[in-house]
Amino acid sequence: SSWWSHVEMGPPDPILGVTEAFKRDTNSKKMNLGVGAYRDDNGKPYVLNCVRKAEAMIASNKMDKEYLPIAGLADFTRASAELALGENSEAFKSGRYVTVQGISGTGSLRIGANFLQRFFKSSRDVYLPKPSWGNHTPIFRDAGLQLQAYRYYEPKTCSLDFSGAMDDISKIPEKSIILLHACAHNPTGVDPRQEQWKEIAALVKKRNLLVYFDMAYQGFASGDINRDAWAVRYFIEQGINLVLSQSYAKNMGLYGERAGAFTVICSDAEEAKRVESQLKILIRPMYSNPPLNGARIASIILNTPDLRKEWLTEVKGMADRIISMRTQLVSNLKKEGSSHNWQHITDQIGMFCFTGLKPEQVERLIKEFSIYMTKDGRISVAGVTSGNVGYLAHAIHQVTK
Amino acid sequence: LAAYRTDEGQPWVLPVVKKVEQMIANDNSLNHEYLPILGLPEFRANASRIALGDDSPAIKENRIGSVQSLGGTGALRIGAEFLRRWYNGNNNTATPVYISAPSWENHNSVFVDAGFKDIRTYHYWDAAKRGLDLQGLLDDMKKAPEFSIFILHACAHNPTGTDPTPDQWKQIAAVMKQRFLFPFFDSAYQGFASGSLDKDAWAVRYFVSEGFELFCAQSFSKNFGLYNERVGNLTVVGKDADNVQRVLSQMEKIVRTTWSNPPSQGARIVAITLSSPQLFAEWKDNVKTMADRVLLMRSELRSRLESLGTPGTWNHITEQIGMFSFTGLNPKQVEYMIKEKHIYLMASGRINMCGLTTKNLDYVAKSIHEAVTKIQ
Repeated sequence: SSWWSHVEMGPPDPILGVTEAFKRDTNSKKMNLGVGAYRDDNGKPYVLNCVRKAEAMIASNKMDKEYLPIAGLADFTRASAELALGENSEAFKSGRYVTVQGISGTGSLRIGANFLQRFFKSSRDVYLPKPSWGNHTPIFRDAGLQLQAYRYYEPKTCSLDFSGAMDDISKIPEKSIILLHACAHNPTGVDPRQEQWKEIAALVKKRNLLVYFDMAYQGFASGDINRDAWAVRYFIEQGINLVLSQSYAKNMGLYGERAGAFTVICSDAEEAKRVESQLKILIRPMYSNPPLNGARIASIILNTPDLRKEWLTEVKGMADRIISMRTQLVSNLKKEGSSHNWQHITDQIGMFCFTGLKPEQVERLIKEFSIYMTKDGRISVAGVTSGNVGYLAHAIHQVTK
Repeated sequence: LAAYRTDEGQPWVLPVVKKVEQMIANDNSLNHEYLPILGLPEFRANASRIALGDDSPAIKENRIGSVQSLGGTGALRIGAEFLRRWYNGNNNTATPVYISAPSWENHNSVFVDAGFKDIRTYHYWDAAKRGLDLQGLLDDMKKAPEFSIFILHACAHNPTGTDPTPDQWKQIAAVMKQRFLFPFFDSAYQGFASGSLDKDAWAVRYFVSEGFELFCAQSFSKNFGLYNERVGNLTVVGKDADNVQRVLSQMEKIVRTTWSNPPSQGARIVAITLSSPQLFAEWKDNVKTMADRVLLMRSELRSRLESLGTPGTWNHITEQIGMFSFTGLNPKQVEYMIKEKHIYLMASGRINMCGLTTKNLDYVAKSIHEAVTKIQ
């Protein structure tokens, strides 16, 4: 008999199920709108030119493969902090922060979660927006924290339930942890406007909450890295010493290279040193030290003026294509004769869009049109191209008219 | 951190790795898309095959699983997290975990952070005889509560360099079987220790042939020189495919909240190398180059000490294997080495054999001689 007889089969991944069904479908018009990675207008993965150039530099420099420090590649973590905080940020210039390299967004979130579990003794509760990225909950739970929620998405209007959010946040017990999506909220695409962010900041400050920002789409959302980081920077300027996780999976297309970072804004540089030492103690028994390749590519891009400029252009290009697909989808829906209000499709931002489609309608899209998405009506706009946006609009109109 | 050095004292990127990296760089069809959660399939299969052997009954019977991990550390952590959740009941944090005395210092932290509450040591190093305390080890195993987890070094024990002989491994396996103890192998030096992949995997394969269910955390940091790419693999051997499948599905959940999916660069290098007969041969050759240099430094150091007539016996230098050697120097002698001779050892007397070169052998041997004769 086996030690493992009682081990249950893990639940199937819902998104994987979508992709599996898509793969089996033989319809030539099929569309996979579950994909969480950027695609170009031909539906192909896109390796950024600046990434290729950085890789060529790496190949020609014949560097060794020695272990990185536990906290990661210093040029990368410094550039990552500067990218998020802004070069003129007082917190950045004074050095009252620590940034450690993490395994993309997930790994960075997990380091932060473990750190809070160990050192933030005021509360075990993490408040997530409703809904949030599916993996947030198990990450915090596995780190030993508890999950709560605050209202966020209003399904009736497919937009932000701002009064609901403010109401719920005002009732969060002091010194709890609140997680906010810096931009391009996943999965809804619904972000607060700047005036709303200001009110949220004032409120979390009043409630004395520990703010945890998840920024997985800087640059990828609006096309402007400063605009996408506005909320994070504003909060810090208001004196909120937040923690932040960053990912370079989408904005640099470095998905499988796992480039990310976790930052803690501290009172001063001395505190930052102490925090760093504890982060290292957490990281070492997880994987000793982080992988170099992705961080080195990102570092070269961020620290080489020409490549950085090229990157900014390319990330804007990706964001613009997404925005253009949103616009074309709405105009095509109008052309189809749809009488519904589809404004939320262009109001929302980033890779994902909560269409507002009901499960039965999603089911029809899958069965009758071979258009695959998750049951909650979420589509990945990255899977839309100028070649298939017409078909998509036609199909959506058919199931909603 | 310990890494291989050439005779010039330099880091060494394996020629086969340089070659494969160039292949990858020139291949424009490759992109940076996410790997599956459990890792690159070609990497996983090849990595486990390296550990278990081409003719492994477990592979033939389709009762193995693999999880690409962030180095050997990552593989240990995923295995530890899984065991804490699913071994010996559900979430049984009280299951004793036994780690050798001494061991790699991170072993303890891995299992503590995975949630285990009862971490113990088992006798391993006999300082008096400068060798394995087999009796102490077996006694600890006989006294250990049933179902305890034992962390075993597959070869090139870190830090002592002292491995059980095949005969001793057989005795260890017999007791573990009798007491229902779980073997969790840490294999960080396969190929790097003796120069032979098969020889260095003998213990793991023996346990498999004895019908054990086990975990083996593999690192490709040293034997591929891929330290900073974090290439590791957790090999799972179970009773049958069904059990292994369920185990992997739960490991997937653990991976998803730890790093989501593993880094692609290092796994690609290893997969390409292991799946090409020619590159595989080149790799084995590169590995043998490293192992042979270390073996040469061992024999040269020993012969110098014996020529100098340094008090004590020095056969342990060549009997030990791998990157490290427990010289037997006491803390005062170590202090002398550091302060007076600027030779850096650990307080335990552990020396990194990779730090020896033909240029410094004489100096090191003379310094050890001085330390041992001047300081008691």
